[in-house]
Amino acid sequence: MWDFLSDQYEQILFSSWQHFSLVVQCLILATVIAVVLAALVYRNSALTGIANSVSAIGLTIPSFAFIGLLIAPLGFGVVPAVIVVAFFATLPILRNAVVGLSGISPSIVESARGIGMSRFRTLVQVELPMAWPIILTGIRVSAQMVMGVAAIAAYSLGPGLGGFIFSGLARLGGAKSLESVLTGVIGVVVLALILDLLLVGLGRLTTPRGIRV
Amino acid sequence: MSEFTSSPHAESTSTDDSATPTAITGASILLDHVTKRFPGQTRPAVDGLTMEIPAGKIVMFVGPSGCGKTTTLKMINRLIEPSEGRIVVDGDDVTDMNSDTLRRGIGYVIQAGGLFPHMTVATNIGIVPKMLGWDKARIAARVDELLELVSLDPALYRDRYPKELSGGQQQRVGVARALAADPPILLMDEPFGAVDPITRLRLQDELINIQEELQKTIVCVTHDFDEAVKLGDWIAIFNEGAQLEQYDTPERILGDPANEFVENFIGSGAGLKQLTLTRVADVGLRAAVVGNPGERAADVLARVVEAGHGHAVIIDERRRPLQRLSRRELGRLQVISDIPDPKLPVVGIRATLNDALDTMLVSSAGAALVTGRRDMFKGVVDVQTVMDAITRSQAAAGLDSDQAPVGLNTGLFQAQASAAGSDPSEIEGSGDGAGAVQ
Repeated sequence: MWDFLSDQYEQILFSSWQHFSLVVQCLILATVIAVVLAALVYRNSALTGIANSVSAIGLTIPSFAFIGLLIAPLGFGVVPAVIVVAFFATLPILRNAVVGLSGISPSIVESARGIGMSRFRTLVQVELPMAWPIILTGIRVSAQMVMGVAAIAAYSLGPGLGGFIFSGLARLGGAKSLESVLTGVIGVVVLALILDLLLVGLGRLTTPRGIRV
Repeated sequence: MSEFTSSPHAESTSTDDSATPTAITGASILLDHVTKRFPGQTRPAVDGLTMEIPAGKIVMFVGPSGCGKTTTLKMINRLIEPSEGRIVVDGDDVTDMNSDTLRRGIGYVIQAGGLFPHMTVATNIGIVPKMLGWDKARIAARVDELLELVSLDPALYRDRYPKELSGGQQQRVGVARALAADPPILLMDEPFGAVDPITRLRLQDELINIQEELQKTIVCVTHDFDEAVKLGDWIAIFNEGAQLEQYDTPERILGDPANEFVENFIGSGAGLKQLTLTRVADVGLRAAVVGNPGERAADVLARVVEAGHGHAVIIDERRRPLQRLSRRELGRLQVISDIPDPKLPVVGIRATLNDALDTMLVSSAGAALVTGRRDMFKGVVDVQTVMDAITRSQAAAGLDSDQAPVGLNTGLFQAQASAAGSDPSEIEGSGDGAGAVQ
């Protein structure tokens, strides 16, 4: 195992970085998409219902099948990987963003409107900051989940630690195959832990004392 | 109402800030045939209401729940858009102006303050000035000024978050936020509904003090008739569909209810409610022996004995009362401490005799400390003084209903065909009412 690690040292670090970078960028993209969608639907109960159903049903789609289906129209490489990871990352964030935004007391919104804040300003300055802790919880759930999903992205020859897993599994029993799989799996777990710590830190920095629990 | 327009008692008892000019900074409001129909409802929530709200006065909206008083209030800043009719502020028709711009010029206070929990007290208060593009230094100065105005120490409260404040303090900050950009009009929607009775009395007193200083136009919705009598220069009593049953001074409404509805709404205690019309300022305060923290207790005790009093009042450097100490307590102490007594019986100078009695009973003290602007100590009112005043006001209650100044209806209620059961006498009386307001 140590031999494998020291031999592949640079490749492992590079792939880990690629994996991490893919997940973080997709999370940012997913957060933007989810918050925009949530802002569009949260004031309408029918649309909120649809959004919640989509985020529940969407999570049942097998990620492996999804990425496989995307290879045909989009080809191999980064694009299908990003789409799949961002898609799965969006769902929990969307759900939490809708819950967070619709959970804000109507009297707070009324008082914001009453002192002359426009609809948009109320959303940006009052509602989103107040829903932020809940949205961030969604981001953390997403981060854990898509770390695993991103490993599947290697199937479309995307970047990341999935490569070690797939190549190891393909020649299981062969030389260093188990080490390769273990490296991929443990790497993903370690990255997930690191990212979660970073997100907790982000939460500390971005949640005002007034709404910290 | 003479106590508000010219207040000789308040002026003679105030010690240091009587020089503050009290020019009217409020703006008049006119609701002109305003109707609101909500979709899916057969009867309009507000039906053809015409109403004039004079500048610089406190107008209280009262009525049973669902009568349309809150809807009427929210149409003034167009949180609810009227279906028909015009809203005129200070002579300008604002019915079609940008509603956000309109609202930035009208203070708005809701129950429990409606503060934004993720912002500090200072950010909450500074939010309207920030939207209006004030620079940082000016906003910071304004925030401190307003915190002083609502009797909160800026250094202590500026950087706190709403959840770190008590209900009463949150409500104070809510009022400060509404006043931040110095709007001519303040709208309050059941502002003191969420605080305990004692805090409510203090907040009411403070609002009266603030109003004396600022002379805004204040429109306030309440379900508490006593509160309306205490705060209002004018009271508008609404029935369903925002039908104006009576719009008059508290004295006239209590002394001469327009119809059976108003009589029932006032309740049977109307005679005793006259007490709420007598202010602490009107009954004459007694001077007290005052001491400061850090003084030797024996010195203060000597002054108390010399004056023939039973108690001394300890005030801080801004003349706010901290403690009330009996001779025995003074005898036990070495040095006067600066720790405020939370159970201190304090009433504002504009508080009613009802409030003063309440305060004394709750703290089981035989007297209450009276404070003026910014909680500054003015004197003492005791049970005997209150009882004498009650006896006098009850004796006078039967006689003075004609004495009330400017006792005319300022409302112009236009009966609509659909507004069932409107009393024709109101419309009759409304013609000369409009003339009473300049």
